[in-house]
Amino acid sequence: MSQDTSMQGSTPYTVEEVEHVSLDDPNVSITIQSDPYSMSFQIENEDHTLGNALRYIIMRNPEVEFCGYSIPHPSEAKMNIRIQTYGAQLCPCKVTAIEALKRGLVDLVDLCDIVMHKFKNEMGRFGKHEPVQED
Amino acid sequence: MTDDINPRRIVGIAPEIVTNVTNADFPGHWPGEDHSWNLRKFRKSFSIKSYRNNPLHCEFDLIGVHAAIANAFRRILLAEVPTLAIETVYVANNTSIVQDEVLAQRLGLVPLQGNINGLRAMGWYQKGNPPTDKDTVVLNLRVACERNPEAAKGETDPEKLFINSSVYASHIAFTPIGLQTTLFTPPGDIRPANPDILLAKLRPGQEIDIEMHCVKGLGKDHAKFSPVATASYRLLPLIKIKEPILGDDARFFQKCFPAGVIGLEKDAATGEDKAVVKDARRDTVSREVLRHDRFKGKVELGRVRDHFIFSIESTGQFDSDELFIQAVKILKLKCLRLHKKCENLSWKPAPTAGDAMEE
Repeated sequence: MSQDTSMQGSTPYTVEEVEHVSLDDPNVSITIQSDPYSMSFQIENEDHTLGNALRYIIMRNPEVEFCGYSIPHPSEAKMNIRIQTYGAQLCPCKVTAIEALKRGLVDLVDLCDIVMHKFKNEMGRFGKHEPVQED
Repeated sequence: MTDDINPRRIVGIAPEIVTNVTNADFPGHWPGEDHSWNLRKFRKSFSIKSYRNNPLHCEFDLIGVHAAIANAFRRILLAEVPTLAIETVYVANNTSIVQDEVLAQRLGLVPLQGNINGLRAMGWYQKGNPPTDKDTVVLNLRVACERNPEAAKGETDPEKLFINSSVYASHIAFTPIGLQTTLFTPPGDIRPANPDILLAKLRPGQEIDIEMHCVKGLGKDHAKFSPVATASYRLLPLIKIKEPILGDDARFFQKCFPAGVIGLEKDAATGEDKAVVKDARRDTVSREVLRHDRFKGKVELGRVRDHFIFSIESTGQFDSDELFIQAVKILKLKCLRLHKKCENLSWKPAPTAGDAMEE
């Protein structure tokens, strides 16, 4: 077995970078785009884990009229997500489907932050993790 | 206590059917109510309560969250938290009765442990590339069985008669290479999480000589990479006693539930025993109580739809609570990663029939 000498610097590997990212990166493309307010997206290398969570959080957006997801075939790593916003009906908001998708992802990130914060705080009671200050 | 739960949060459980199953708290469903996603509201209403936190098993409640989110965490725990496991087995010699491929399969499933920061710092091994110290850990298993010269005459127990008659996970030895000599120093060296796993049995003259390469992987690729023995949730059971249940009925009522769920109290009016709900968490919702006519209309069963009792059992590589933290991190990372990809998306009007003609 060979030894990678280039890695013997002061910081061996950036933890955040390699810690979680799996080898198959997701890829997103637009499959149906009749108008900017009702579009279908196809996300490769994601499944029900993100699909259902994303569907839920997008549906909580009041600008969104419809959101649903499906995995057309179990042996293809592809997830379709359909987003229809009220768009033109709800002037002057006019949130596009792409914006609603991005908004959903941001909301989900915020949700994770809160879950993490509360979990660490609660586990702090057991003396394992340092309690975090409420912000 | 049960009365102050919003009835919308309760899934009803009748003898033959479940009612009110789906969460409908979406904008536009309830007239005049605002159910849009609101971070401040979520921060206020969401809570976590821990009940048990051992390295190999933790149990906690997620309260005030939708099933889609709780399920995402569970699925990530099972299939998407990276762990180290034996991926390739090089058999130099195997004269035991366990065939090479069977032994390799057994070895792959052995949970490993080691310095957590070292494991995190490890990169992904890519097939085809030569293995390096940052993506591959080498383990060795060299065991030979021989007769024990000190065994008593007439001894029949193979453990005493022979040396190394059983090959255990503790026989697996770690060979640190390059950076690993500093990352995985004892007690953080790479070793099986449970030293007593029986891998094979040997008799005098038989031996096993194997080199194993461990890499990082995901549970969705192979179950051996799953960091959990189980990760599951159930909804908090709810028992509502609508009319007092007294005397013999109370004792019978108690027996319809698992031990500790129903308690008996002295009823102030009659002086008889009265059934009270002591600890609904321990209920299995077997619905036994609904089979008896004498309790008809006196009791209602249910579950709280947004109260998840989470249980995580680690295989030993990571502490169970650490696993949940990683799962949350991974969901966040998946979102950030996809958000970055969404930057390239833009709406393009579909070409009309007229455009096509011009071309």
